[in-house]
Amino acid sequence: MPCAEQAREIVEATYRSESRRVLATLIRLLGDFNIAEEALHDAFRAALEQWQREGVPANPRAWLVSTGRFKAIDALRRNARFDPLEEMAERVEAIADESAAGADEEIEDDRLRLMFTCCHPALAPDAQVALTLREVCGLTTEEIAQAFLLPAPTLAQRIVRAKAKIRDARIPYQVPSQAELPERLDSVLRVIYLVFNEGYSASSGASLTRHDLSGEAIRLARLLVDLLPEPEAVGLLALMLLHESRRAARASPSGDLILLEDQDRTLWNHSQIAEGAALVERALTSRRFGPYSLQAAIAAVLAEAPSAAETDWAQIVGLYDVLLRAEPSPVVELNRAVAVAMRDGPAAGLVLIDAILTRGELLAYRLAHAARADLCRRLGRTEQARAAYEQALSLTRQEPERRFLERRLAELAK
Amino acid sequence: MKYLCLVYLDEKRLGELPDEECVAYDTTIRGSGQCIASEALQSVHTASTVRVRNGKLAVTDGPFAETKEQLAGFYLIDARDLNDAIQVAAKMPPARVGCVEVRPIRPIRETVAEAAATAARTSTRSEP
Repeated sequence: MPCAEQAREIVEATYRSESRRVLATLIRLLGDFNIAEEALHDAFRAALEQWQREGVPANPRAWLVSTGRFKAIDALRRNARFDPLEEMAERVEAIADESAAGADEEIEDDRLRLMFTCCHPALAPDAQVALTLREVCGLTTEEIAQAFLLPAPTLAQRIVRAKAKIRDARIPYQVPSQAELPERLDSVLRVIYLVFNEGYSASSGASLTRHDLSGEAIRLARLLVDLLPEPEAVGLLALMLLHESRRAARASPSGDLILLEDQDRTLWNHSQIAEGAALVERALTSRRFGPYSLQAAIAAVLAEAPSAAETDWAQIVGLYDVLLRAEPSPVVELNRAVAVAMRDGPAAGLVLIDAILTRGELLAYRLAHAARADLCRRLGRTEQARAAYEQALSLTRQEPERRFLERRLAELAK
Repeated sequence: MKYLCLVYLDEKRLGELPDEECVAYDTTIRGSGQCIASEALQSVHTASTVRVRNGKLAVTDGPFAETKEQLAGFYLIDARDLNDAIQVAAKMPPARVGCVEVRPIRPIRETVAEAAATAARTSTRSEP
C-alpha cells in the first residue's frame, strides 16, 4: 500500500502520461467535450483518494476511463432536471463496459479521432490551433494565451465557441474515411505547421514560451506519424526537425538574425538532421509524397551540405521544380529563383525575381524585395540594392529582420 | 405560385421572440395548408461553407459572406452528421460555381414540446 506522498506522485505521473488518452476515450464514450473533461478531473480526484487506500489498479488507464464514465453518469443523473439529460445518462450507461475498458488499439484510435475533430476544417483556423493545444497536448488556456500573446479570455472564448460548434453542428468524433482523408489530413498538418511556425519565427523577447510551441508541434507530428504514417505526415515531421536543427545558429546571442550561409554549422543539431533526412527518404520512397515532403527534401540538402558554397544547388533547383508542379505559388517561385542565383550566379536569379515582381503578386512581400536587394548588392548595383532594402524595410514588422536590413543598408553606404 | 420566405434577424434579439409563439404560428399556417416546409436554424456560429473548385472540396467556418453572390436556392437534407452533410453539399452543382452554406436545423418544435411535457409533469407532482 503506497503512502499518501507516493500515491500522489503516482497519480501525478499517470496524469502526465495518460490524461490525454483517457480524455480522448471519454469524449468518445460521453459524446461531449465538457462532460468528458469534468469526468477526467473527477476520475483523477477519485484516484488520489482510492489508490492510496486500495493500491494502484493493475491497469490505471482502464480504471480511469471506467471511473470517469461512472462519475459522468452520476453527475448527469444528479443534474437530470430535464429529460434530454436523463436520456443521455441512460445512453452513456448503455455503452457496454467492454467498450469502456477498450483494447489499446481502440484507445489509440481515440487520440487520432481527437486530432481530426480538433482540426476540423469547419472550425475557425485559430480555434483549431487553440483546441488542439488544449485537448490533444493538454496545455492550459493560460499557457496557450501566453504563447500566442493573447489575453486569456480571448483564447478561452475561442475554445468555448469551437466546442459549441462541435456539439451544435454535430461534428462527428471519427477518423475520416479514405475518401475524405487527403483533405482532412491537410487540415491537421496545417494546424501542426502553424503551431511550429508560431514558435519558430519568434526570436528574442518572449521566445522561451514560444520555443515550446515548436516542441509541441514536433510532439504532435510524432504522435500523428505513429498513429497514421501517411507520407505527408512523415514529410512534415522531417521538415520541422530540419528547421529546428538550426535553431541555435539562426540568431546571435543579442538576437540578431544570421543568414543560412553565415551560420556556424557546428551549432546545428546533427541528430535532428540525421532523423529528418531519414524521414525524408521514407516519405519520398512512398511515391505518394506532396509539398511538405518536398520542402523537407530541400531542407535536408541544405542541412547536409558542409558549407553554403558546397551545397548541391542544382538538386535544390530540381526539387523546387517538382514542388512548383505540385503546388504552384509565387513564393515557391521566388525561393527557386534564389536557388538559381546560387547555382548560376546572381544575374540569372535577378532576371527571375524581376519577372515575378513585374507580375505584381509579390509586390507587398518583404522577402521578395530583400532577395532582390541581396542579388543587386552582389552584382555591385548599390543604388538598386539600397532602394530594394528600403522597400523591404518598409514592409517588415519583425524586429530582428528590421535590424538585419538596417545593417545591410549601413554596409552599402561604406 | 410558390414563394420562399426568408427570415432575417439580429441574433441578439432572438430572446424577444418566444419559441412557443413561433411554434403556435407554425402549427396554424401548416394547418391552413399554405406552408410546405418551415424550420428554425441554429445560431450563425454553427455555420460552415462548402466550395468545390477544380474538383477539390474546401470547407470553411462561418456563413457565406460574399456580397456579390446572391441566394439562389436551397436544399433541406437529412444527414448523419456534419461530415455527411458536407459530402452531400459538395455534390450540389452550385458548389462548383458559388458556395453552399450548411447550417443545422434547430429542433424548435421538440424543445417546446419537451418543455411543455416537463411543466405538465412538475405541476402534477406538486399537486397534493
